[in-house]
Amino acid sequence: MAHFVDRRLNPRDKSLGNRQRFLRRTRAEVKRAVDKAVAERSIADAGKGGSVSIPTDGIGEPQFHLSNEGGERVYVRPGNKEFVAGDRIEKPGGAGGGAGREGSESGSDKDPFSFALSEAEFLDILFEDLELPDLIKASLKDMSAKEFRRAGYSNDGATPNLAVLRTMRVSMGRRFALHRPTGAEIERLEAELAALQAKAVPELADESRIIELCADIERLRRRQRSVPFIDPIDVRYNRFTPTNVPRAKAVMFCLMDVSASMGKREKDLAKRFFILLHLFLSRKYERVEIVFIRHTHEAAEVDEQEFFYGRETGGTVVSSALKAMIVARESRYPAADWNVYCAQASDGDNSGGDSQACVALLAEAILPLTQYYAHIEIAGEGATDGDGSRQTDLWLAYAGLKEAAPNFAMARVARRADIYPVFRKLFARQAKQGTAQ
Amino acid sequence: MTAKTLTSSAATTGGGLLFEGAEWDFETVRRVYEAIETIARDDLGLDVYPNQIEIISAEQMLDAYSSVGMPLMYAHWSYGKRFVRDEVLYRKGYQALAYEIVINSNPCISYCMEENTMAMQTVVIAHAAFGHNHFFKNNYLFQQWTDAGGILDYLDFAKRYVAGCEELHGVEAVESTLDAAHALMGQGVFRYPRAAKLKLAEYERRRREKLERETREYRDLWRTVPGAAAAPSSDLSEEEARERKRRLRLPEENLLYFLEKNSPTLRDWQRELLRIVRNLAQYFYPQQQTKLMNEGCATFVHYAIVNRLYDKDLISEGVLLEILHSHANVITQSDFDDKHYGGINPYALGFAMMQDIQRICVAPTDEDREWFPEIVGREDWCAVLRDVWANYRDESFVRQFLSPRLIRKFRLFALSNNASESSVRVEAIHDSEGYRRVRSALADSYDVSANEPNIQIVDVNLLGDRPLILRHTVRNGVRLAEADREATLRHIGRLWGGEVRLEETPIVRNA
Repeated sequence: MAHFVDRRLNPRDKSLGNRQRFLRRTRAEVKRAVDKAVAERSIADAGKGGSVSIPTDGIGEPQFHLSNEGGERVYVRPGNKEFVAGDRIEKPGGAGGGAGREGSESGSDKDPFSFALSEAEFLDILFEDLELPDLIKASLKDMSAKEFRRAGYSNDGATPNLAVLRTMRVSMGRRFALHRPTGAEIERLEAELAALQAKAVPELADESRIIELCADIERLRRRQRSVPFIDPIDVRYNRFTPTNVPRAKAVMFCLMDVSASMGKREKDLAKRFFILLHLFLSRKYERVEIVFIRHTHEAAEVDEQEFFYGRETGGTVVSSALKAMIVARESRYPAADWNVYCAQASDGDNSGGDSQACVALLAEAILPLTQYYAHIEIAGEGATDGDGSRQTDLWLAYAGLKEAAPNFAMARVARRADIYPVFRKLFARQAKQGTAQ
Repeated sequence: MTAKTLTSSAATTGGGLLFEGAEWDFETVRRVYEAIETIARDDLGLDVYPNQIEIISAEQMLDAYSSVGMPLMYAHWSYGKRFVRDEVLYRKGYQALAYEIVINSNPCISYCMEENTMAMQTVVIAHAAFGHNHFFKNNYLFQQWTDAGGILDYLDFAKRYVAGCEELHGVEAVESTLDAAHALMGQGVFRYPRAAKLKLAEYERRRREKLERETREYRDLWRTVPGAAAAPSSDLSEEEARERKRRLRLPEENLLYFLEKNSPTLRDWQRELLRIVRNLAQYFYPQQQTKLMNEGCATFVHYAIVNRLYDKDLISEGVLLEILHSHANVITQSDFDDKHYGGINPYALGFAMMQDIQRICVAPTDEDREWFPEIVGREDWCAVLRDVWANYRDESFVRQFLSPRLIRKFRLFALSNNASESSVRVEAIHDSEGYRRVRSALADSYDVSANEPNIQIVDVNLLGDRPLILRHTVRNGVRLAEADREATLRHIGRLWGGEVRLEETPIVRNA
């Protein structure tokens, strides 16, 4: 007799341990492949995990096996159609061939090894040793805090937590159940008694009625005393239990210049920066809100789709975006509850005189209330990081801020592949830890 | 009990059919299993281990793939590599998953996919739980080399042992030892029986006892007693070399065994890891030698059983057609010039040969009388096949039973390829002069020992820089593949802890 077992509900991911061992072994290669994938991918796919290829060098499993070449061999093949014994068939490509279909052994295979990473694995590797700068109001390492939340009622507690309504409800039920006389009942009897006693000429029947009423009233009063209006067992308190709630709420403002001076390439680079930022934040923190503000000569708050893919052209007034950001922050994200992060991408162009306005806005209204402000400037194609060929108006203006405000950072990006290193530099774990207050 | 089963099956299936439609449930599977068991036992005379049939999901099938088909396995990154590769192939649709996996264990575990239709479950049970199972239990190689009753316990031990080592000595250290051992898996088997092997469980018990005894009796003081040291250092004469080889039982072709016993650098736990890998290699060795027969046997059995089920009106014509459709896919053999050609399909050739033996028994031709006098006209073809399944391996099976008729049917032809010539010569085709040459060449190609390099440890010097000397005996001028040879030698060097040399010496070919 056979034994039938349903294994389908067994714990999953039996291979997880081996998979992790494999990833650990190939960590460096996988990381290189992931970085490359991010630099090359289209925006929508950037964080989606998926297939990566790594060279087979580190993961070969060599074994002794016979070479595919040289020597004398005899094969048997099926499907002969025209050959007779003694026929000679020219080898394809001269020497060595003959066994073209033999296939290569797994060990000697030099093709890159491709496999799929899950989204979580992909992002983990992508954001390895990368962290947002210190959250000043709360350490994000311990994201959640305990808070007391209402959770029904309890029989004991402190007086300030007395639940009056609930107590009265319980008390009323008890009073009904134990037939506690109400005040109205006694009052009615007392009124009748008073009426009888007030009669000038009491009749005999009245006498006995008076005695009866007195006894009744006495009995009811006694009963009223013995069944209290509020008994200790009626008392209920509001109950509070400690609940985990996210303590640090963060809002990330993404500001981008989409004016005519930002070409396709510039936009694309800026978009990539935000993509990374977006991915990073939504991965790292549970409570992070992101506000997208794009601007030309006027700024607008838009949704993510609009922000990345919408079409809008016009002049360039950077301060309009900063103003829009201030408005949004003041109306929706009070500084007491929210940590504010801001990332700005621009090509450095700005209308004359506006840069100074920006600096003023930043220094007075934004930076004091912002945990971190990152500005990236999309440089010309040939430019290198840091001392670019052309010092833009905005860059020069902002450069002054860098000294005064430790929570302000700026960097330049020229090529797609620059984005990620710059991103890393901006948010590098060690570098900023000391400088943020 | 019987009456109850009968009424319930009658109620659910109406006209005697075991099932209708594609959906399966455990009740139906059990009913079908019983019907199959009756046929397998009474009509085919199969003798099987008790069956354990497990239904698994696609994901679990992938897991099983990556751990070489075993239900449990120690942890190693290479299994993770296999998993990620198979996963990609499966998800992209390059590779379908098998309908089943069957394990040579007692009880015999068969994994069936939940996606299978009821018709497919029927085939799978007949194929795996009876065909493969019978072969595992009765074939001499499996009887000689594997301990079906102990393998699962041993794997459990291996898994725990490796995990324990990782904890004690670190994942990396364990990994590098296992890497090296895996590299020698092909050279980690005994090809000829030695002293009766211990049952794996028995071995494990002894090992533990020995360890305990050593722990108990260990006295550090003995180390300080003078006298035993000062081994005689001397120049090694011929005599001593011979004596050394005799003592180390050289030459030795089981490299893992030799290193496990004699490597001067390995620690005890590393030797144990080598032994685990070696035992696994030995466990799988019969499977490499019987792929053709094993699949042929299982395919023949499922084909016979489903036809019998149909004859007994237990399955409908539609179900039979569905089964035959997938059966036909399995036994397709494409021609050598077809772009799908991937070697000789073991299912196709194995099944054809089993069927051919049945035909020779019951309806022989004059040709058969000449070629197979010993089985011609045997009424009990089942007994003939059972005898074949029990006593042959692929190589001897082909050499003995490949009939001219099949050579004609598959249009087999033999080619000889000499690296020094610019053309390939057609040696023999399916004609009366060619039958024996083709058959013998094909049998050679199934000879595992001829297709794997013959590598032996021939000498060793335990003193000085202790070089280990390996010899590859080159047959027909075919040398080792270069890149892997070097990498594997490095692994051996790691296990040996010293220099390792490999010489490739041709043998004189006697024509």
